[in-house]
Amino acid sequence: MKPAFSVVFLTTLIGAGQGLLIALVAGQFYHVIGAGAAPETGGFYAVGGLLALVLLCLGLVASIFHLANPQRGWRAATRWRTSWLSREVILIPAVCGLAVLYAGIHALGWAPVLLTFGNGKALDLPMAMGFLVVAGSVALFVCTGMIYACVRFIRQWASSWTVINYLLMGLASGFTLAAAYGAVMGSGLAGFMLAGAVVLTLLALVTRAYQLWANTTAKSPSSMKSAIGLHHTQIRQITQGFMGESFNTIEFAAPGGADTVKGLTVFFLLAGFAVPAALLLSGLPALAFVCQFIGLLAERWVFFAAGSHVQNLYYQAKA
Amino acid sequence: MSKVQLALVIDLNVCVGCHACVTSCKEWNTSGWAGPLTDENPYGKDPTGVFFNRVQTYECGTFPNTETVHFPKSCLHCEEPPCVPVCPTGASYKREEDGIVLVDYDKCIGCKYCSWSCPYGAREFDPVQGVMKKCTLCVDRIYDKTIEEDRRKPACVLACPASARIFGDINDPASEAAKAIHDNGGFQLMPEWGTKPSNHYLPRRKITTVLHADELVRVDNPLKAEGEKPRPAFTTPTIDGVSSW
Repeated sequence: MKPAFSVVFLTTLIGAGQGLLIALVAGQFYHVIGAGAAPETGGFYAVGGLLALVLLCLGLVASIFHLANPQRGWRAATRWRTSWLSREVILIPAVCGLAVLYAGIHALGWAPVLLTFGNGKALDLPMAMGFLVVAGSVALFVCTGMIYACVRFIRQWASSWTVINYLLMGLASGFTLAAAYGAVMGSGLAGFMLAGAVVLTLLALVTRAYQLWANTTAKSPSSMKSAIGLHHTQIRQITQGFMGESFNTIEFAAPGGADTVKGLTVFFLLAGFAVPAALLLSGLPALAFVCQFIGLLAERWVFFAAGSHVQNLYYQAKA
Repeated sequence: MSKVQLALVIDLNVCVGCHACVTSCKEWNTSGWAGPLTDENPYGKDPTGVFFNRVQTYECGTFPNTETVHFPKSCLHCEEPPCVPVCPTGASYKREEDGIVLVDYDKCIGCKYCSWSCPYGAREFDPVQGVMKKCTLCVDRIYDKTIEEDRRKPACVLACPASARIFGDINDPASEAAKAIHDNGGFQLMPEWGTKPSNHYLPRRKITTVLHADELVRVDNPLKAEGEKPRPAFTTPTIDGVSSW
């Protein structure tokens, strides 16, 4: 498939934004359950929430470039019953809204207790809002992943690993950003964020590498036999019916070919996972985030370019 | 009685690969409801363009035992179209009344997601209008009361010089299309995806003739057996009347 840069930036930017929101709430929860972290100020969460909001909005801007008729973009929210794309279109602004509320509540320091448990712990509004933010962000990860995982005609995408990887890679970049943010602010949660970032980055490396490996052996259920319905063992295309290009030969082909995909695969495994993990461990979370984000841009490019569509059976030869 | 499902039945045994259906489709649809079928750089080095119908050519076997198959391909108007539910705006839809899968150009946002969800590569994006386009089964022609009734058919069907294309309701057992599928072993493309394409294809039919050596030379050839025939009478009306074979 032809990688669209709008979608490459959309998925990586909102992934980092959602990951950052989840990291912030995780840090908040870590403190609330009394794991020993120093309490953070509302300002820390508010600024962090705004940072995530900026990433989400940048992603939203990138997505507009993907549409040929963005002025009708609002219509994309109408088919949420059947289309994962429509669900994503609804959830991105919803998560943006939740991030605004989350940052706002923290900035105002408005923390009424909503619920008191038997053990004396209490659920206050910022924490409850945090849980909502996490729910929204996870749901958005699932939607983004399912957009690709439900395209059954691209066997490299049509797997639950696609959803898992979108989730884990987004979380990894979000926690790395949170670690960098915590370090800059001199927060007591910086260590927690850093540990989370290392674990998630390595976990994402394992699951992404597994999907890469699984895709090398995956077989398409379709063949030339079923494509044109001829029961012959040797079928080759003489001509696809035209000498030039068409949407079918451009949209469903990767520029650069297999070598580019191979080279960038090695690059993203290093820049997206291995190097950031090393940088995080050596106490350079800001550099780790920059490196990881560039690596994940390459990862997303490869994700698209490595997808081979069933329709390519019909477009193999020019004559 | 199931619902009406208009579709094409394409006889691969008849198609000669002349591309008349391709050009007549382009001509009708670029100037019709679904038009324009934009071409970019049509006379330049790398031309691209939107077509609803393509004729492809395949070869089976190894030389010299090969067989050439011409294969016209357009939207198959699936009974379970995978392109429809994924559309975020509802621009892609399947008509209740006749089963034609269409795109509402006023709703399409040009995200191309439907084309990813078609295993047949039947949809082609128009970069100028920024909307997805596809075969409409000439919906602006088959119901047009100003056209004589026997010409209310898709442009490709009318153009086919070999009559390889049959148009009709495949759910009506009395229709020519349904009969052709039933009688000639009509099949669907890529049935493994469960898309239930409405367009069917009729298979290639093997035709073999056994010739014995004595059949190559006619034993009772009158020219050889009898020599010159008697001269016909002047009043004999035609040559047929005098030939004894």
